Amino acid sequence: MLKRYNINNQILLLTGILIIIPFFFQNDFYYEIAILSILNALIVIGLNLLMGYAGQVSLGHGAFAGLGAYISVVLTSNYGLNPLLSIFISVVIMGLLAFIISKPILKLKGHYLAMATLGIGIIINIILEVEEEFTGGVDGMSVDSFVVFGYELSDSIDWYILCAVLLVFAIWAFENLIKSPFGRLLRSIHDSEKAADSVGIDVSYYKSIVFVISVVIATIAGSLYAFFSGFISPQEASFTHSIELVVMVVLGGLGRVYGALFGAVILTVLPQLLTSFEDYETMVFGMIIIAVMIFMPKGIVSLFDKVVKKKEQSNASS
Amino acid sequence: MLKRFILRALAFLLISSFVVLNAKETIKIGAIVAATGPASFLGDPELKTLQHYVAKINAQGGVNGQQIELIHYDTGANPKKAVTFTKRLINQDEVVAIIGPSTTGETMAIIKFVEKVGIPLMSMAGSVAIIDPVKKYVFKIAATDRMACKKVMQDMNKRNLTNLALISGSGGFGKSMRKQCKEVAPSFGVKIVADETYGKKDSDMTSQLLKIKNNKDVQVVLNPGFGQGPAIVTKNYVQLKIKHPLYQSHGVASKKFIEIAGSAAEGVRVVAPPVVVADKLDDSVAIKKVALAYKNEYEKAFNSQVSSFGGHAYDALHVIVDAIKRANSTEPSKIRDAIEKTQGFEGVDGIVNLSATDHLGLDTETGMIMLEIKNGDWTIVK
Repeated sequence: MLKRYNINNQILLLTGILIIIPFFFQNDFYYEIAILSILNALIVIGLNLLMGYAGQVSLGHGAFAGLGAYISVVLTSNYGLNPLLSIFISVVIMGLLAFIISKPILKLKGHYLAMATLGIGIIINIILEVEEEFTGGVDGMSVDSFVVFGYELSDSIDWYILCAVLLVFAIWAFENLIKSPFGRLLRSIHDSEKAADSVGIDVSYYKSIVFVISVVIATIAGSLYAFFSGFISPQEASFTHSIELVVMVVLGGLGRVYGALFGAVILTVLPQLLTSFEDYETMVFGMIIIAVMIFMPKGIVSLFDKVVKKKEQSNASS
Repeated sequence: MLKRFILRALAFLLISSFVVLNAKETIKIGAIVAATGPASFLGDPELKTLQHYVAKINAQGGVNGQQIELIHYDTGANPKKAVTFTKRLINQDEVVAIIGPSTTGETMAIIKFVEKVGIPLMSMAGSVAIIDPVKKYVFKIAATDRMACKKVMQDMNKRNLTNLALISGSGGFGKSMRKQCKEVAPSFGVKIVADETYGKKDSDMTSQLLKIKNNKDVQVVLNPGFGQGPAIVTKNYVQLKIKHPLYQSHGVASKKFIEIAGSAAEGVRVVAPPVVVADKLDDSVAIKKVALAYKNEYEKAFNSQVSSFGGHAYDALHVIVDAIKRANSTEPSKIRDAIEKTQGFEGVDGIVNLSATDHLGLDTETGMIMLEIKNGDWTIVK
């Protein structure tokens, strides 16, 4: 269904939805969940580009988001820099870091690549826990408020608007990127690295570019979350967080931009809905994930494809 | 058909609204505990205790004629989840007070939000940083690691031991206590002559202990940490035939530790909250009655050994309930004021005297006692 409209219509629809849903919010808690969902969605959009298009699995994106967030926070809280400037510096540092490590690790394939990113993620997590002077250790540290051009973002609605705008922009950029020659190039790498290589595409270069893009997005979203919640701990960079992000990608639909959005929203909202199950919460959660993966192996967005197909069939027969 | 349906629906609405209007509103108290995950040894007994005693208070008629409704969420010791659940408790559930979280990191993460909206928070975590400096709405129930350090050093003073070696776990608990002990050491004339640490998952501490053994200045050893670590240290300690007295922290103050460490635990001194040995306390100890009653009730209800952590939940709940009674109101700010005026409250952890400058209110004398392991059981060191 979504495929049949052009990009602009989809973006308009998304914008409309983002504008309308706050009218259904009864209190701040709804904003909290919405903002959390959007920030997760941002990271997942970047990760989806890497996993769904360049075909590279990263089990370290939680750690990249966490480290990026820590750099922004430390620059702001400990060195008194403006938050925006801190995030910018953090993006530059993380982008460079991603570029440097991408060269050797993206040469690895399949499980080895996953293991390498996993290892880097765990190293980052340990560094954040041990460097108490800067990071506050395992107990984390509080974060100064987010002041931009003399205006302090403190209300949930401010944050919601900022995040919503970023989301719309990210999806718009993603869609255009995929439709561009660059996107076709990525898909060709995903389908067959050797074939892409044989027609003269610098595979490792493009892979590392995508890796850098996804790490930069994770840095921005991670930093914003830290400023929004006013607190950060190494848990942000933990292995479980990285896994959560990968699950969001797969659950929503690999290589589908709206899949990333669905995956992030569902995995953020679901645990809140399931709290009434108390002790069985994790079990029910697991069963839902298993059921989705069995019945919708191509992710939740594939549901829409089916609906569209059925409609087309019934249209054709009548 | 449709008409009948509408009529029925209307009748149902009428009846249900009648019931709702007649029922007295409940007092909603929130709880954020780490019932699962790495800190479940804290959160599990805390949650069990809260549920048990809320049911008991309700069965006895509730507070000021109103029933208590306990709304609890499990964070798995994740500060991010603690933040989300705090917002949920404040905005969605509209609780009048919050008990928890179980760990220091989570508590520090949510302080900002309870302060902003003005909901009293009764943390069950250990670090002194929670209440120092004092925050208007933040209280703490459990004895601090600083108090444990002081108690250990008082005991060392009595035995004329001054040169201390630390071997600490690298988790939050071990780190925080190590820091506190280093800070209070000078005021007891204690010199720290060795400072070793071990990792969360280390299964052998021989190398650290060898360094301590070979250090000629060392007279006494303290091991801040919880879980498996201290048991391994205790075993290695005996294997290496180190003769200095060994102190363990309140992190291991449960029968489990003696079981795991076995005969190696003989002669080890452990600083602990009194509830662990409630039945052995002198009758003159003011809190014996409360602590013993709690111990017996918990062990009967859940068929497992009492730990000091469940005791924090008992105290947190009862301090809040007591404050609601005195305030005769469920207004969060009035509850806060009443909590701050708590005087002479007899809890499981000790006598609680809160004030505007002290949001913990436990003193070292009643909050912590010194135990020695003899014949596989606790004995109180006088």
